[in-house]
Amino acid sequence: MSDTLGSGSAGSAAHVIVGAGPAGVVAAETLRKADPDAAIVLIGNEGEPPYARMAIPYFLTGNIDEQGTYLRKQAGHYERLNIRYVQGAVTGVDTAAKTVTLADGGTWGYGKLLLATGAHPIRPPIPGLDRPQVHHCWTLADARRIVELATPGSHVVLLGAGFIGCIILESLFERQVSLNVIEMGDRMVPRMMDENAGGLIKRWCEGKGIAVHTSTRVTEVRDGDGEELAVALDNGQVVPAHLLVVAAGVRSNTEFLAGSGLKVDQGILVDDTLRTSDPDVYAAGDCAQGPDLSTGGYSVHAVQPTSVDHGRIAALNMAGREARYKGSLIMNVLDTAGLISCSFGSWDGVEGGESVTLLDDPAYRYTRLEFKGDVLVGAQCVGRTDHIGALRGLIQNKVALGPWKERLRHDPNRIMDAYVATSQVV
Amino acid sequence: MQKSLNIDPGKCTGCLQCELACSYDNEGVFNPSKSRIKVFNFETEGRFVPYTCTQCDEAWCMHACPVDAISVDAATGAKVVSDALCVGCKVCTIACPFGTVNYNTATGKVIKCDLCGGAPECAKACPTDAITFVDANWTGLEKMRAWAARTDSGATASA
Repeated sequence: MSDTLGSGSAGSAAHVIVGAGPAGVVAAETLRKADPDAAIVLIGNEGEPPYARMAIPYFLTGNIDEQGTYLRKQAGHYERLNIRYVQGAVTGVDTAAKTVTLADGGTWGYGKLLLATGAHPIRPPIPGLDRPQVHHCWTLADARRIVELATPGSHVVLLGAGFIGCIILESLFERQVSLNVIEMGDRMVPRMMDENAGGLIKRWCEGKGIAVHTSTRVTEVRDGDGEELAVALDNGQVVPAHLLVVAAGVRSNTEFLAGSGLKVDQGILVDDTLRTSDPDVYAAGDCAQGPDLSTGGYSVHAVQPTSVDHGRIAALNMAGREARYKGSLIMNVLDTAGLISCSFGSWDGVEGGESVTLLDDPAYRYTRLEFKGDVLVGAQCVGRTDHIGALRGLIQNKVALGPWKERLRHDPNRIMDAYVATSQVV
Repeated sequence: MQKSLNIDPGKCTGCLQCELACSYDNEGVFNPSKSRIKVFNFETEGRFVPYTCTQCDEAWCMHACPVDAISVDAATGAKVVSDALCVGCKVCTIACPFGTVNYNTATGKVIKCDLCGGAPECAKACPTDAITFVDANWTGLEKMRAWAARTDSGATASA
């Protein structure tokens, strides 16, 4: 990777992209194809080549080195595409002057602007979280500190067993730390999985020697013995920790838009062309609140597939090629110490819908399908890895299942049969 | 002219030679569960349907990969997983709306059809020509492509 990390404090370009995560990078590449001669500037702010946060867990386990997290592996990739990659923290957008302002006072003028500023981890209001042994696991810089502290046998407390927390759990488990997980919800991954699935995952993790505390809150973090923290829980327990990892959710990065006039709710509001309330400004990825395929409303779906879809469609529209987005489908896949689970769409069901579940407790297998009429609208699986993408296909295409609805109600495992039967001539 | 797998379910007898050939060539074992092509058995209709990756233009798996581990083989057009780069995050397995990328728990990597570098073992092994490797503009392929188009997330133009 020989792309320069120079600060780019001034200039102008036809296309300016703020944020060098998956949405920003896919947008830059799509723009280059769609608009071969246009000037494209990609602004990052972490002083690293564009990388994937999703790859950080595998850096933590030693499976890959830092280069292994980079979004693009070929040296000189951005230079070859004539994408100028610069560094700077964007502090404001002036839609009248069509400029973005950087923390160093510089400005970039734009023809079209894409905001792909991502999200940031939430720090809950718990006393003592300012101590040096407390880290998020969000950036490569965070990961480097966790590698130093999470040594085999060390005491680690993980605050939060949501989706991101559980991904981190997997890496901490592989680093052979002594792990306590604290989740205020009544189960693990409560916003991705139901009680059955969350229960299976908890029991599996406990079987691997991980202490999982659900319906539990951290009340205070104090100095403990030696280098350790004392993490106080609301059930009266105090857990020692060389490292406390905070994974209490993320929030879209939109603060810098105060006063810009752009419409912001949970994220930056965008229409089905990924355009914001300003005709020359687009938003994509974790910072964007766009069309939601399941609800018909507007949601922030901070997952990789949505980011890359957003980035691609925003870029086509920025280049003047009309492309409309049918909406994002929330989907997640998780590996908790070897137990693999996934969920899609309205996994918790919809009003007036129907549900089928198949639970094989001793085998750690679970399938739940949610229907509206004869269309699949949501799904979750534990212990299944084969053909799970077909769930996306069935939900996203609103496939009329016909006789396959009854067959799936009889045997929910026949997901791929239903998919093949409804998509091919059988 | 690039070639593609063309599948004619009407000719499939369900012998599973394709699955055995695929798993042996790619994984070194005669184990249909490791095959990248699967034959679905629809007993009530009396039909067998072989099914695998269509190497779709949308390349959902490739775009969703956060670490650049899936790329297009320029010679065959296949979307190919690099074992060296794949971290096993499984996002491609949920992103592919055709369900044709699977996670291999034994290796910690994902597996999908790569057209065997241009000489697919499944087509060679098929005794009834239910699976053939033909010019990409074959009509059967168009049918699959039409389905692929319906599965687009919404872009009516492509870069």
